[in-house]
Amino acid sequence: MRIAVKEKIIEKVLLLIALSSIFILGLITFFIFEEGIPLILRIGPKAFLLGEKWIPSKGLFGIFPMIVSSFWVTLGALLLGVPLGLACTIFLSELIPPSVGTLFRPAIQLLAAIPSVIYGFWGLIVLVPLIRNHLGGPGMSILAGSLVLSFMILPTIITISEDSIKALPPSYKAGALALGATHWQTIWRVLIPSARSGIVTSIILGMGRAIGETMAMIMILGNAVKLPVSFLDSARTLTTNIGIEMGYAAGDHRQALFATGIVLFFIIMGLNSLAIFLSRRRIR
Amino acid sequence: MVLFLVVGCQRSRAGITVAGSTSVEPFAELLAEEYMRQNPSLHIYVQGGGSTAGIEAVETGAASIGMSSRNLIGKELKLHAVTIAKDAIAIIVHPTNSIHNLPLDQIREVFSGKITNWKELGGPNKPIDVVTREEGSGTRESFQKFVMEKEDISLGALVQDSNGAVRQVISSDPHAIGYISLGLVNDQVKAVKISGVEPNLSNVHNGQYPLVRPFLFIFNGEPAGEAKSFLEFVLNRQAQKLLLKEGLVPVLQKLDEG
Repeated sequence: MRIAVKEKIIEKVLLLIALSSIFILGLITFFIFEEGIPLILRIGPKAFLLGEKWIPSKGLFGIFPMIVSSFWVTLGALLLGVPLGLACTIFLSELIPPSVGTLFRPAIQLLAAIPSVIYGFWGLIVLVPLIRNHLGGPGMSILAGSLVLSFMILPTIITISEDSIKALPPSYKAGALALGATHWQTIWRVLIPSARSGIVTSIILGMGRAIGETMAMIMILGNAVKLPVSFLDSARTLTTNIGIEMGYAAGDHRQALFATGIVLFFIIMGLNSLAIFLSRRRIR
Repeated sequence: MVLFLVVGCQRSRAGITVAGSTSVEPFAELLAEEYMRQNPSLHIYVQGGGSTAGIEAVETGAASIGMSSRNLIGKELKLHAVTIAKDAIAIIVHPTNSIHNLPLDQIREVFSGKITNWKELGGPNKPIDVVTREEGSGTRESFQKFVMEKEDISLGALVQDSNGAVRQVISSDPHAIGYISLGLVNDQVKAVKISGVEPNLSNVHNGQYPLVRPFLFIFNGEPAGEAKSFLEFVLNRQAQKLLLKEGLVPVLQKLDEG
């Protein structure tokens, strides 16, 4: 009897704690929308989303260059990060000698533990001068940002993809090998296609991570507010726009930053929903 | 018990918060240190965040004193502002840059994007990397007013969110140009003459150097209590001398002879 009561209390406490985290999410969402929506309505969604000029002191709040830049930077990160991540995944799950694996896996997880300001600082001190001296432009560029982001999304891509390959029934691999396929044919033709939805999920989550990254991007993108035309151009993403201007923003300007947050909110929600949808399909 | 702890905490940390402009912040920190050395029982917390954030913090009561590197505008005018010093804005380039002097209208054309190559200014054939501050920054606002006038700063300019970040970019990029507070110019960067006028204290003082702005302490109503005593300390001779040594222009004129 007493044990039952105790369990009930513990259950309720845990429920309360779980609910509070959702409550906090709700609060954040509420305030972002409460602050941002009035501005979007006042200047019109079209002028806000498709406007090409961001000059808050003149009342111009067009975030189109930032939406485009966010996708450029993210696309670049995926172009560089996905092949690297997949290669690592294959190596980790199929080819690695066990003795090396005990070193390799924690090393990859460590990549996720490095604070983003460190990535940013490294990018600023090492990559930016390298790009400026050898490829031209100011160095603070989409290329530098994409390179750094591609390292930052590696742990996400590798851990989730590796899990999905490991979760495959052992009979897949055994069957392929028994039919006379080589080890590489088994990996490339059987294991990777079977784990496809998990791998795609990992890429989408990596993409979410890339779009959301702020600190490192403030330090290495250069933050110019114009439509990028090359990977050597400086750019400003949605997140860095908020990060760099919030300190001084007041009135409409501040609301416009919250409105930028709303756009970011929908992009991240979309990506995460897609990832959840795809990973559900895998279970089926 | 908890209440006792909270009270205990507050007593040991009695003090005032000074928040705002990142241009004023390093000087305020210096002054606060000196003040705390003389009055060990008091603690002064100095925070950055920007002029606008500082002014807002004073309005809401989050800070006792706001720091601003721009004049108050609109609704903010109901607050009480005291000039604690004046600061010049220096146009800075990489130390190896061959340009030593720029007329004001050429600076304007560089920052508006009409001049894009050092060649046009008599330098090497290299594109100019223009570095500016973010929208809302007090330094940017002053630069806009004094240099750009009606022109806009080019949207292609790199944007950095503090004096230190601008200096860092300029010091590592041989083809960059930017502007920071004169007091924060060090040997990593070079401040150019503007229309032949050297950016130094005497030229700021005699009014020849064109880019000068006030550093303000903002109060909600008349300064009182600890905030007032800190303000009095900042305006006295010793503190003003300290500011002079750090590259600012003091508000006490008599210091020059002393």
